[in-house]
This record gives sequence, structure tokens and C-alpha cells, in this order.
Amino acid sequence: MKNLPKWIDLVLIPAINLFLAFMISGLVVVYIGENPFRAMQIIINGSLGSAYGLGYTLYYATNFIFTGLAVAVAFHARMFNIGGEGQAMIGGLGTALVCLFIDWPHWTIALPFAIMSAALFGAAWSAIPAYLQARRGSHIVITTIMFNFIAYSMMVYLLVHVLKPKGQMAPESAKFVAGSNLPSAHDIFGWFGMAFPKSPPLNVTFLLAMLACFLIWLFIWRTRMGYAIRAFGWSETAAVYAGISPFKIIMVTMLVSGGLAGMMSINSVMGEAERLLIDSVQGAGFVGIAAALMGRSHPLGVFLAAVLFGVLYQGGAELEFEMPAVSREMIVVIQALVILFTGALENLVRVPIGRIFMKLNAKQN
Amino acid sequence: MDYLTIIQILDSMLRLSAPLIFACLAGLFSERSGIFDIGLEGKMLASAFFSAAVAAATGSVWLGLMAGLTASMILAAIHGFASITFQGNQLISGVAINFLASGMTALIGQNWFRLGGRTPSLSGDGRFLPIEFPFAESIGKIPFLGPIYSELLSGHTILVYVALLTVPLTWWLLFKTRFGLRLRAVGENPEAVDTGGVSVSFLRYRAVLICGLLCGLGGAYLATGMAAGFIRDMTAGKGFIALAALIFAKWRPAYALYACLLFGFLEAIAIRYQNITIEGVGTIPVQFMQALPYILTIVILAGLVGKAIPPKAGGEPYVKER
Repeated sequence: MKNLPKWIDLVLIPAINLFLAFMISGLVVVYIGENPFRAMQIIINGSLGSAYGLGYTLYYATNFIFTGLAVAVAFHARMFNIGGEGQAMIGGLGTALVCLFIDWPHWTIALPFAIMSAALFGAAWSAIPAYLQARRGSHIVITTIMFNFIAYSMMVYLLVHVLKPKGQMAPESAKFVAGSNLPSAHDIFGWFGMAFPKSPPLNVTFLLAMLACFLIWLFIWRTRMGYAIRAFGWSETAAVYAGISPFKIIMVTMLVSGGLAGMMSINSVMGEAERLLIDSVQGAGFVGIAAALMGRSHPLGVFLAAVLFGVLYQGGAELEFEMPAVSREMIVVIQALVILFTGALENLVRVPIGRIFMKLNAKQN
Repeated sequence: MDYLTIIQILDSMLRLSAPLIFACLAGLFSERSGIFDIGLEGKMLASAFFSAAVAAATGSVWLGLMAGLTASMILAAIHGFASITFQGNQLISGVAINFLASGMTALIGQNWFRLGGRTPSLSGDGRFLPIEFPFAESIGKIPFLGPIYSELLSGHTILVYVALLTVPLTWWLLFKTRFGLRLRAVGENPEAVDTGGVSVSFLRYRAVLICGLLCGLGGAYLATGMAAGFIRDMTAGKGFIALAALIFAKWRPAYALYACLLFGFLEAIAIRYQNITIEGVGTIPVQFMQALPYILTIVILAGLVGKAIPPKAGGEPYVKER
């Protein structure tokens, strides 16, 4: 069963899992009393049918690419970083500090510093759970969950008591300096004389996310460190025997993971809101788990899964508009089912498929 | 701070601790049998919704409780199915269950009641009402000891007392019965239990279902005892605080009670005082109080104060005859 051909492992099984998740979601829609095929049509039209919809879809996808890569990198070392939410929140703080207090002349200069700061803050937030896992053996899942809550309380405190400008009611920071505003898709298309609607928040960070996918692929599959991470993930004892230090692997993996989650804020905080809000992450850290599971922890897979979730998020907003009976939470249900089928119930599909494949193979021989 | 204020804070501590105690003991059963459960939150939420929804529809809180318990146990069964029968990742299954509950309760709530995910307000027989102890009023007049009886102990809903009774019951079940011995063994060394001719799967399924039952009680208490109806995501992290309490208690029932009372106390203080000013020290913001259970748990996990060692086989699916 271990020698399943790659296409079954990477394409067929995820496709069946996804189909099961969608089928059950469809039944939920039927229960609510709406037509699931029409719902699907609205989702696809609303998210991919226009430049406007696509702009939102890819904006969401950008968030999910970063958080998805964050979870995926940790998966390679067989660690489950459930703290993307908190790391992205603290990354947002890093972005905000850079964009609030330095008067940047141009975004091209602001961006590298913002990226560094966001990644640094995100990585710092994952450093303590990583250290506790590496040195004390405290379960990374538990500690990162706790750090999500601590991050949230800290952000509320900072926004209410420290970063909120005087005389303002809403707990959010001041608007960032103008020189830090990233060009939106509207601006970028404009440079080439092409039209793109003004309202979608899609911005230059999307290109950055694609670059991140490529760099993470290089890191995991083309560097010595990446090899060590994968070796550690396959077998800790073998890795230790080969002279790989578990402490180093856990720290490096989690810092990269936290850094990636933190960089999500370049898109949502610097690119879209242009100020720091209390909940700048909005669950994207958790969507990253679904994206990493569906994408089989491969950057290309994560990219595709992130776009799929972008479609669901944007399409879901349209769906609520067109079918008031199906509220936005439908997306959360679909997300839960995707995580359940591609993650926890993986063997439900894998074992029978493997058996069928073995039988077919035996016949051929 | 006068005496009556202290009594009142302790009274609200009891109220706020009850759902934590249920969820914490729920996690204790599951994790002692070797099944990690980060889906306590989702199971409580599902129970909170269905108990309030059915209580609102039928006017009977007991029917509501049954519905809540059923919903929670169905989610528990899914978790068991994924992590015992299909040997899946227990943590991922827990995450999925939390999302499933959060999405489904809001979706179905909107579909049934069209109140933005809320259920109608419960009243009368639709919710658990406070039980006044006999002679509470007259005993309350006795100075000092009286208010402890009349204010602190009396006047809670039945589920608070059930929560407190569940603690010794759990201790007895886990440490004084054959079932408990086997359950603890299966969380430490499932091979040994299997070799002894006892089914690992059956034991773990029972533990997971008990976990569902207790989460269900906690959720039903939130929606029909503490509050009068369900609001969206009303568990608000209580399942995770319970998980923190479980680690804090090092997976032991009596300590679980103390940890839950401590975290309930912190919540009671945070609700009553918002920002606390201590002279010479400064102001402690309410957000710090809210984060304190998590910070304390990290401190415990860091091994600065004692060491929390989870059941040995926790999180590992049991594969027979490898």
C-alpha cells in the first residue's frame, strides 16, 4: 500500500476527499431548502466570473497561501502549528509598527522592511512554543493554541490602550503613512494601460506570495536544511542517528513557519486595511490548516488549495447575498468537512483505493 | 473589599467554573484513554445550540438537555471514528469538529429561527432555574457563616451541583473500578491491554463517548442554565480554557476541580473589576486577566512549576500487529 503511484496520492485521493466534503455540504444546502447546484454556480460566478470577483478571490488566496505555507513547512517536520492565527496577528503588529512611525518616501523601500518586521514578529511568537517543544517536550499544539489566545488579548490591550489615537472611539491604530501604501491590482494594471476595478483589495502581495511558494519549494527540496527537516519528519530516530539535531530542526522549522504566518499581514494589514485592526487575521490562520492538508504540504498544492478557499470565501459572500437562507457560515462548514476528510478521515478513502489498486496491479502481472 | 463582595465573587466563580469542570473532566476521560481532544469547544458549542433550540421549541429544558447531549455525543463519535477506527490524526480531527460545530450551529440557527444565529430567549420550564436550599433565607441571617450557605452554596442551577459531583464520580470511576484501571492503562500502554485480551478500540470508544456526554452537559449548562438561550460562538474559548485546566491539573480529577475553580475565579474577577488598580504596582488590564489562564498553563508546561506529563500513548493511533 505504500507504493501507490504518485498521481493517486497527489491527485485522485484529494479529489475524492474534496468531492465527499462538497457532497455533504450540498446535502446541508438541500436540507436548508435551496438547490446546491445553483449555489455552486453562484459561488463560481461570484468569485471567478468577473475581474471584480477575481480581485477578491485572489486577495483572500494571498492570505491563505502564507498561512497554508506556514502550516505546510511545520508538517514536513511532523509538527502541527495551529498557532498561525496568533503569529499572523503579531506579524500584523510588526507590520504596523514599521508603517506607523517611519515616514517612508516610497512603498518599494517600505516593503522590504515591513516584510522583515512582519516575519520577525511572527517568528518571535512561534519561538517560545518551539523552544518549549524542543527543550521541554511540551506539545506544540497545546502551546500554540494558548499563544493564539494570549496574542488576541495582547492585541486588544495594545489597540485599546496604546496604539489607538487620542479621541478616537474604534479600537484601531491610526492610518499608516502614505508612503507605505502598496499598489493595488488597479494601480498595477494601470501602469500597463489596462483596466482593473478599483475596489478589490488584491495588491502586489499576491506576487510576493507566489515568490514565497517558489522559495519554500527551494528550501524544502533543494537545500541541506530542507532535507534535514524532511528526514526529521520521516523518522526522528533516523535523523538523530544521521547527526541531525532535533533542537535545531524544531527551532528552524517553527521560526520559518511563524515568519510565513506573520507575512500574511503584509497583504491584509499593509495592503488592504492600511491600519491595524483588532482582528486582522479573521480565521485565515485556520484556513491555512485546510490549505496545507489539501495541498499535501507542497507549495504548488498549497497555492491551488488557497485559491480554492479564496473562491469559497468570495463566492460565499455572494452566496449569502443571492440566497439569504444560506448564510456565510456555510463556508466554515465546507472548510470543516475538507479538514475532516483530507486530514482526519484520510484512511477512509486511502485504504479502499489502495486495495483496488493492488488488485488491479496483481491482475496485470 | 467587604465580606459580602468576596462571597459574591466566589458565587460567580462557582457559576463560571461549572462548564469548565464538565469540559475538563470530559477531556480527562478522553486523554487518559490516549485520545487527544482539542474539540471540547466544538462539542460544547453544539450541545449549547441544540439544547437551547429544542428547549425553545418544546418548552422543556429536559428535552433540550437530551438533544444537547445527543449532538455532543454524535460529534464525539465522529472523533472516535476518525481517530480510533481510521487511525487518523486526532488533533486535525479536533480542529475539524470545532469548525463543524461553529459553522453548523450558526447556519442551522439562522435557518430555524432567523434571529442572526441566536435562539429565542428561554423562560420558565425552558431553562434550568436556581435551586434555593431549604431555610436559605433564615440561615443567611447568621453572621459570617450564613451567607456562605445562602449566597455561595444555595441558588445555583442543578447542573452546577452535578458538575461538582462529577469530580468525585470521575475519581471513583478512574481509580476504583476495573473499567478505570483499563482506561488508564490503554492511555499509557495499549499493547499491554491488547495482550491482556481487552479491546483497545471498545475502551477508547467508551472514553470518547463519556467525553461527549460531559461536554454536552457543559454546553447545555451554558445555554440553558447560565444564559437564557444560545448566541453565536457562545463557548468563546471555554473549551480551550478547560484544556488548559486539564494540563494545569496534570490529568488528575481533584486537581482538575481546583484548576477550573482557579480559572473561574480569574474570570469572575475580570468580569467584576475590568481593570484592577493596585497601589504602588499600577493597573492590571482586564486583557491580562483574560490571558492569565493560558499564561499560567504555559508556565506549567515550561516546567517552571512542576512538570506536566501527558498519558504516554496520547495522540498515537493504536495499530494492531505491526
